[in-house]
Amino acid sequence: MEQQPLLKVEDLSVTFRMYDGALAQKDLSVITDLSLTVYPGEIVAVAGSSGSGKSLLASAVLGLLPGNAVTGGKMYYRGELLTSEKQKALRGKEIALVPQSVSFLDPLMKVGPQADGAKKPLPTKRRKSIFQRLGLPEKTEKLYPFALSGGMARRVLVSTALISDADLMIADEPTPGMTLNQALEALTIFREMANEGKGILLITHDIDLAFAFADRIAVFYAGTTLEIASAKDFQNGPDTLRHPYSKALWQALPQNGFVPLKGFQPYAGHLPQGCLFAPRCPYKKERCERETPSMREMRGGEVRCFYAT
Amino acid sequence: MKEKILPFLGAFFAKGVRMLALLLVVSIAAFALVSLSPVDPVQQYLLGAGPVSEEQRAQVEEYWGVNDPPVERYFNWLSSLLSGDMGISTLYRRPVSDIIGERFFNSIALMLCAWLLSGGIGFALGCVMGAKKDRWPDRILKKVCYLFSSLPTFWLGLVLLLVFAVWLAWFPVGFSAPIGMLDSEVSLWQRFYHLLLPALTLSLASFSNIALHTRQKLIDVLEDDYVLFARARGEGEGTILRRHGLRNILIPALTLQFSSFAELFGGSVLAETVFSYPGLGSAAAEAGLNSDIPLLLGITLFSALFVCVGNLIADMLYRVVDPRIREERR
Repeated sequence: MEQQPLLKVEDLSVTFRMYDGALAQKDLSVITDLSLTVYPGEIVAVAGSSGSGKSLLASAVLGLLPGNAVTGGKMYYRGELLTSEKQKALRGKEIALVPQSVSFLDPLMKVGPQADGAKKPLPTKRRKSIFQRLGLPEKTEKLYPFALSGGMARRVLVSTALISDADLMIADEPTPGMTLNQALEALTIFREMANEGKGILLITHDIDLAFAFADRIAVFYAGTTLEIASAKDFQNGPDTLRHPYSKALWQALPQNGFVPLKGFQPYAGHLPQGCLFAPRCPYKKERCERETPSMREMRGGEVRCFYAT
Repeated sequence: MKEKILPFLGAFFAKGVRMLALLLVVSIAAFALVSLSPVDPVQQYLLGAGPVSEEQRAQVEEYWGVNDPPVERYFNWLSSLLSGDMGISTLYRRPVSDIIGERFFNSIALMLCAWLLSGGIGFALGCVMGAKKDRWPDRILKKVCYLFSSLPTFWLGLVLLLVFAVWLAWFPVGFSAPIGMLDSEVSLWQRFYHLLLPALTLSLASFSNIALHTRQKLIDVLEDDYVLFARARGEGEGTILRRHGLRNILIPALTLQFSSFAELFGGSVLAETVFSYPGLGSAAAEAGLNSDIPLLLGITLFSALFVCVGNLIADMLYRVVDPRIREERR
């Protein structure tokens, strides 16, 4: 599959410049050496627990990080380097965001005009059919965001991306608060869009849904990817997975034994030396605590581990 | 429709009761302060009447109830106040209610002009500062606002008077109408012409508060998630300001605007005095300086009522404007 990737992220790092006391400056590294590609027609799920920096990835791609953030590495959209001007031009046209919660809707604007957006001509007709398809009753468009249920709000947010007709969609936790059917419906729509040739970056902690709908899954941990593998590998279980964390994640699922992994994810600012997963890794060796492994190809996927087989 | 109006009326009624209670407290405090002051109302009343004997004076005191216990005097005053009798001004020898009526008519024109000016200037500057936060327009305007909010109103009035009325002679030096003209002959334009400079003084003294509040509110709004999302959808900064910024700062701005009545009234006392403008503010100053107790009490109560009404309007208005409160009970 040697087609051009829609989005290619190379060694992305995001650091926040903090002021600690009067003059002491501190750099807080939240994303390190993140590499990722999204091809047209596929859903790539970025799965990781809370605080792993998933949402910042979305902001970084869109160029919407706060002013005190410093980014490193390179990002490409359809082979073109994503500069901040480029990001500005692509936002809302080629790249669309499905944000996390109702707080991303203007509280004083009715949902209908809000979903239509500011671009003329207004896509009102298209929006109405998308609302209908997402199971939003017709009167929804006349409601203010505070009157929406959590699931309705998310469907409205999903609808904004569908309306935009963008080729790359970044969905930041689009499903919580929806019923299973609504979540399936939303993800089915994403699947259909992917089948039409769009690329979708699905940021989620709902691993089950990611397994079922994504083509590839990037396991995100403490601001970086530990493994990128096809969703099939995750469905098959630990034998086809590569990284010890991915295996532990699989085993922690209720249907796979519900076995928890000891310890917790390190916080930004307290990252360990060497491999970020080393402190919790059952197979760690002396080298893991000294050197940071880089991503390497293995059995059709990628893994960030010296000893994975 | 009914479900919407009933809670509104309920809130209106509750606020109204609270307002009346507050006015009652103001009346007690004002009456107590005046009773404790060394000003002798009988002496003031007799000033214009020529020499009086001790007996005549005692008769007047008896007639007025000066020697009754204070609580009884308060209730006498309150009951006649409630029946519409605010007493006779010792300075003007006319009923206080007539004077307040006339002066208020002059003042309301002045305050309305100043209110609209300061609201308009303040809101516009606040929006510019908020949108250009920490860049040069913001930094300059912020200093201008700090400067104006620390300038005393009377000094500002004197400077404007000196520059525009005395040196440049663009505006009249004072009063609400040309000197030597009958009230019926004064045109609306002449009234406006006389009112402009004091109104400008008043609005220059109070716009900075509105501007700085609007700035902060706009900055808060522009940091909200929904603005981030609007950016992610490709809306430009100008569109965001129009579509989301203004919409979300309008309600706090309205509230602020109506609750600025108090400052406006306080400022008008100084501005009207400087410009010899015959409004309620200058009447308050005259009543105070000439120990005209009935007028002073009347104006105190009236200005308290005025400020309360402003706050009441602010409270009620955001119920009408904000859909989150308006539709809460659907």
